[in-house]
Amino acid sequence: MDDILKLQNVCLTYQSDLFETEAVKDLSFSVKEKEFVSIIGPSGSGKTTILSLIAGLMPATRGEILYKGKEIKKVCENIGYMLQRDELFSWRTIEKNVFLPLEIKKINTEVNRSRAIELIDKYGLKDFSKSYPSQLSGGMRQRVALIRTLSSNPDLLLLDEPFSALDSQTRLKVVNDVYDIIKREGKTAVLVTHDISEAISLSDRIIVLTNRPAKVYKEHVLNFDKTLSPLKRREERGFSKTFNTLWRELNNE
Amino acid sequence: MNNLLSNERKRYLKKVKLDKILVNVTRILILLVFLGLWEVLARLNVIDSFLMSMPSKIVATIIELSKSGELGMHLTTTLYETVLGFLIATSLGTIIALLLWWSEFLRKVLEPYIVVLNSLPKIALGPIIIVWFGAGTKSIIFMAVLITIIVTVITMLNGFLATEQTKILLMRSLGASKLQMLYKLVLPSSIPTFISCLKINVGMAWIGSIMGEYLVSKQGIGYLIVYGGQVFRLDLVMASTIILCALAGLMYALVALLEKILIKKK
Ligand SMILES: Nc1ncnc2c1ncn2[C@@H]1O[C@H](COP(=O)(O)OP(=O)(O)O)[C@@H](O)[C@H]1O
Ligand SMILES: [Mg+2]
Repeated sequence: MDDILKLQNVCLTYQSDLFETEAVKDLSFSVKEKEFVSIIGPSGSGKTTILSLIAGLMPATRGEILYKGKEIKKVCENIGYMLQRDELFSWRTIEKNVFLPLEIKKINTEVNRSRAIELIDKYGLKDFSKSYPSQLSGGMRQRVALIRTLSSNPDLLLLDEPFSALDSQTRLKVVNDVYDIIKREGKTAVLVTHDISEAISLSDRIIVLTNRPAKVYKEHVLNFDKTLSPLKRREERGFSKTFNTLWRELNNE
Repeated sequence: MNNLLSNERKRYLKKVKLDKILVNVTRILILLVFLGLWEVLARLNVIDSFLMSMPSKIVATIIELSKSGELGMHLTTTLYETVLGFLIATSLGTIIALLLWWSEFLRKVLEPYIVVLNSLPKIALGPIIIVWFGAGTKSIIFMAVLITIIVTVITMLNGFLATEQTKILLMRSLGASKLQMLYKLVLPSSIPTFISCLKINVGMAWIGSIMGEYLVSKQGIGYLIVYGGQVFRLDLVMASTIILCALAGLMYALVALLEKILIKKK
């Protein structure tokens, strides 16, 4: 399988009037097609910065980022970015929120719209498509946010701690839903989080970052049964062992 | 539907309704007591009705003014000046705010000028305005625009700039252009700001037009007030002030109606 995403010696330094902050330094890793990779690191370690770079929101100070072999220079059509909070527009209906990427990317065609509506129906939001975001629960809103990200049919999804704003009950359910949707739609995903068990329950592979400036500290390939849901994974024997290893790696530095 | 409501719910709704009625009744009572006291005290010569006028005389003055057709003339004059000043200032101010939102450079450059213009008492420019635009309607409208526009620019610009950063990030991650950012995100999310700006502007435009009329006019409600003061006809002053209150209230009500139409969906 080919690498869909490849980072080579990527560095990023933020400039401000008084000082500069080295957020990412010599970061290299790659992601294969349909793989689910989690990047974990303490907060402030540069995780959001890494995703912003891949999303093409700012250029790297040094190094290169390749999507399907081509360097990412600006925002790329085929990469979808899901933020920490749902960021739904309160003045738009659920359906209109989901159409937003189509409008922005100027691909608001009949075909694409009906594809988006299909996603809404398929993932249990049919009855709410004409509702406004304020009428939905936090978990449902996050699901809408994912469907919005999927509506323009990107291959690669970037997820920036998408569950951290949810309460712990809702969270387990939404993690399951999101995993299910991403697998069924056959997407590649890069998730950043500081939540170790979330990373283990979702990923095929976990990349552990060093403290700021971020670079790769360790990598773990997980070998859970592919048919297990994230919730079921938590009951597996390997789960707590992996958790302990990762916990030590994150805290012993 | 009604018989599905529980007893507690019915009691609650009843209480809400009662509270509302009580508030309204009290409001009207206060007004009536105030007017009644005023009238009685003036008639008993406890207060000087030459200086304070009294409700019955004020009503008589209003009736007299409207019979002679004068009221209509003054009223339309002032309304015309205020509404035109309001519309010009609101639209022009919003457009300027948009330009300033668009260009950070322009914003930085113009900031001190806006601050100075904002703190300057606009009435000080009265003589200049009269020299430039003549002692007539044009000057008055200009005064109304001047007073209203600066507030509009500042309020609307702050509204545009207060657009949530994370929503901007979302739009950027979708590859939105600046124009798309504007009409898909910044404008819709600034509607509440626009409404409160309209409400402020109603008051501002009235200040502007009345101030303008104090300075130059030969007609209008503001002129009536000044004239009444000069000839010591306090009934005229009071009558005009009350008409002004009614007009300002009416204009505010229109804006509130617009608000309901614009924010009906939430
Ligand atoms: N726009 C910015 N300008 C300057 N410094 C920033 C900016 N964004 C983030 N940083 C700094 O870079 C570091 C990494 O931030 P971030 O990528 O948000 O970390 P994380 O997502 O892992 O919490 C932090 O120290 C943060 O203060
Ligand atoms: Mg972050």
